Amino acid sequence: MVRNAINRLYLFIIFLFLYAPIIVLIIFSFNDSKSRSHWNGFTLKWYIELFQDPIIKKALFYTITIAILSSLIATVVGTIAAIGIHNMNDWKKTVILNINYLPILNPDIVTGVSLMILFIFARIRLGFLTMLLSHIVFNIPYVILSVLPKLRQLNKHLYEAALDLGATPVYAFFKVMLPELMPGIITGALLAFTLSVDDFVISFFNTSSGVTNLSITIFSMARIGINPKINALSTLMFLTVLILLFIVNIRTSKDIKEEKL
Amino acid sequence: MKRRFLAYPYFIWMIIFIVVPLILVLFYSLTISTENGFVFTLDNFKTFLQPIYLKVLWRSLSLAGISTLICLILGYPTALILASRQMSKKSFLMFLFVLPMWMNFLLRTYAWLTLLEKNGFINTILSFFGIEPIQLLYNDGAVILGMVYNFLPFMVLPIYSVLKKINHSVIEAAEDLGANQYIVFRKVIFPLSLPGVFSGISMVFMPAVTTFVISRLLGGGQYMLIGNLIERQFTSVYDWHFGSAVSIIMMIIILISMGVMSKYDNQQEGGGLW
Repeated sequence: MVRNAINRLYLFIIFLFLYAPIIVLIIFSFNDSKSRSHWNGFTLKWYIELFQDPIIKKALFYTITIAILSSLIATVVGTIAAIGIHNMNDWKKTVILNINYLPILNPDIVTGVSLMILFIFARIRLGFLTMLLSHIVFNIPYVILSVLPKLRQLNKHLYEAALDLGATPVYAFFKVMLPELMPGIITGALLAFTLSVDDFVISFFNTSSGVTNLSITIFSMARIGINPKINALSTLMFLTVLILLFIVNIRTSKDIKEEKL
Repeated sequence: MKRRFLAYPYFIWMIIFIVVPLILVLFYSLTISTENGFVFTLDNFKTFLQPIYLKVLWRSLSLAGISTLICLILGYPTALILASRQMSKKSFLMFLFVLPMWMNFLLRTYAWLTLLEKNGFINTILSFFGIEPIQLLYNDGAVILGMVYNFLPFMVLPIYSVLKKINHSVIEAAEDLGANQYIVFRKVIFPLSLPGVFSGISMVFMPAVTTFVISRLLGGGQYMLIGNLIERQFTSVYDWHFGSAVSIIMMIIILISMGVMSKYDNQQEGGGLW
């Protein structure tokens, strides 16, 4: 009994440690003063300023555009590559998979710096294109690693049966293989999207001042000092994540229930 | 099946965007630029052996080590409690636990900035009790705090998933054989959880060694970790050669620590590079 109470208290303290900074941020985003310590009354002015800030609006646009484009391209390229890798013989497969692991294992800062050297070496101007390319580079390995296990589970006779029944290879791919691979592809795409939205380090080195994402904007604002607009932005981003995770959780628990029936 | 060719475009892509950039980093680290073009030399690595840079390396390693230790001390009991059978609403608690992780990394670090500032939240509360404001930001403690806060879930999650998989009948068997709770933990639960502990350690240590964001925001503009050293070479000093050499050193550190960890962690299925 006592032990249980101690356990709960300990968990409570850990959760307090995790949430206190976020809660303080959220509360002070409604504070009618620049102060972070004194409460001067409720206001929404930081939110209004946030939505009127052209830099943040632009950063949000670039973040989402790059996340969508890079995750889409990475998903298509990664899925095709995974199918090819799956059908390779042993040593070639090992070589490709090991190179594929490099962007995952390497520190982000090294990946970022190495790509920046490449782009400047190849005389490609840093900007939207380089940021998009760098995001695709670190997204593809994750897509491949999510699709490969599904390929291993796949019954290859299904595809052959479809061919025997007169399906063209393309038709058989879309009607037989793709539906089986879908869970892995979707996991990979979601992973790629979230990694892209959250990325700071690699984007930081591979863009110019004109094209920034939200992380870079937050970094340059925070470097100067405290800015209540960032508090407002934090609140909105926290709410977005909360809502998204709730939807995902409800959907998966529904799936589990349906499977049980 | 002859669908091997589907991997060839990606193979070329990998060569261009993964292999060539790393070779370029290696190339820059081994050269200096002179009037007659690039000259091969080890000077960049020799520069790193100067005391100021070795001090930066030592600080990075020790701060990451301390943070990893604190994460382990705080995280192991957390995982143990979360995985224990008495805990109800386990999935909801896990949801709550990973939720902050989904928030932008920079915002999480920024949050501490508002708390630790000279006239921030904590100092205001302290002044309530008549305590003079103290300088909480821009020191080792603030950086360690930032690392622990950001990377604690990376320690808890692997330990939790290993603990949850432990077969409960093993524990019951130990109890039947007369072991008390302490001995069950020391002789059964802890040894079985070691793979989780090792992957937790490497998952915290590696991002902590390579970070430059936490040290820049919570340590201040003059604060130097090895990540800041690299960042500065590329964004303000423009000494790519030295920056590349430091990047290579950082890669080697990461590879060594991964190698050490995988040696202890060989119960898990082998895969990847090591």
